[in-house]
Amino acid sequence: MSNQEREPILSAKNLRLLKEPLGKNNPITVQVLGICSALAVTVKLKPAIVMALSVTIVTAVSNLVIATLRKSIPDRIRIIVQLVVIATMVILVDQLLKAYMFDVSKQLSVFVGLIITNCIIMGRLEAFAMANKPWPSFIDGLGNGGGYGIILIVVSFFRELLGSGTIFGYPVLEKLGLYKAGYENNGMVILPPMALIFVGLIIWFHRSKDKSLVEKR
Amino acid sequence: MENLLNIFVKSIFVENMIFAFFLGMCSFLAVSKSVKTAMGLGIAVIFVLFITVPVNFLIENFVLKKGALIWLGGGFADVDLSFLTFMVFIAVIAAIVQLVEMVVEKFSPALYNSLGIFLPLIAVNCAILGASLFMQEREYENVLEATVFGVGSGVGWMLAIVSIAAIREKLKYSNVPDPLKGLGITFILTGLMAIAFMGFMGIKL
Repeated sequence: MSNQEREPILSAKNLRLLKEPLGKNNPITVQVLGICSALAVTVKLKPAIVMALSVTIVTAVSNLVIATLRKSIPDRIRIIVQLVVIATMVILVDQLLKAYMFDVSKQLSVFVGLIITNCIIMGRLEAFAMANKPWPSFIDGLGNGGGYGIILIVVSFFRELLGSGTIFGYPVLEKLGLYKAGYENNGMVILPPMALIFVGLIIWFHRSKDKSLVEKR
Repeated sequence: MENLLNIFVKSIFVENMIFAFFLGMCSFLAVSKSVKTAMGLGIAVIFVLFITVPVNFLIENFVLKKGALIWLGGGFADVDLSFLTFMVFIAVIAAIVQLVEMVVEKFSPALYNSLGIFLPLIAVNCAILGASLFMQEREYENVLEATVFGVGSGVGWMLAIVSIAAIREKLKYSNVPDPLKGLGITFILTGLMAIAFMGFMGIKL
């Protein structure tokens, strides 16, 4: 949690709030939040992007709501208030998905509901929105949702490309003529365990680029 | 009876919460540094799943589902409250966790002390809400099946966290590349264990 109390609203600082979670303070690879849903929806690009967008919207809007209400929420019951706000946002997202993108909503199955217990959202509400003004909180929500989304998109890009040979369902490898040259899809990549290994590799890559993130132990 | 045994074995090994669905990963990664604490959290999760899954099953079938309110009278036959599922499930879980905490504190202070901070944290553990949502999606036939599924998922979760904690204790003495230390290697280990667990796929009793 490197973003702490920042009272004056300066655009440079807000920009930093937006940019930091994308790399240096990424919710998945650095803060270790919200991994539950990140892995299960990354077999194909499309559901991953829908999931990333849903989480970004829910994080940003609940950050905004909680930051607006932060002075009138009694400390003892803040967790349940936060859960109610998040659950309301998730119900809205779920109903929208069911109405306009039914096939994607079926693919995501229980994971839309599980956005409620996504630790990114609770974590940001507790660590940021409870102590900051609405506008920076909104930006912080966007940034963290975006950081989560980037990992989802990178993982699902490689899993779809290597596992099914397509991008957004378009058969890229077939058009390139790789199958005729003897290439075959790696069925292993579609299986759930490979998502974990991909995230592990991303963490490895990220930390060897940025030595300050290496855990000392 | 065979059916129940089948659900139990399946929920532990084949549909393991962590290795097949990655539910409860946050606490799985954060609390798996020593076997002892991992065990405590595992027991707490089994306990809470044992209570929340059947309760949510009853609520789902007698309140939320389309036509479930028919016991109130014919006029309620068309009421469909299923859009409230998330809100009700999470409220039930939060309330039960609080209740369990108070009961355990009153009747068994020793257990309460050993579970410590883990009990309240469980309310936001994805594995708990996930089990209730899977229970809803798979449409188990009666309370008994739902309970067995809940306990089985809990046992599977505990199995996973205890075994990864044991590996991490050993890992302290090995020479892992610096950028992979801690989080990175844990991810890759979990992935490898998940591949091993895929060997259970297709088991049917």
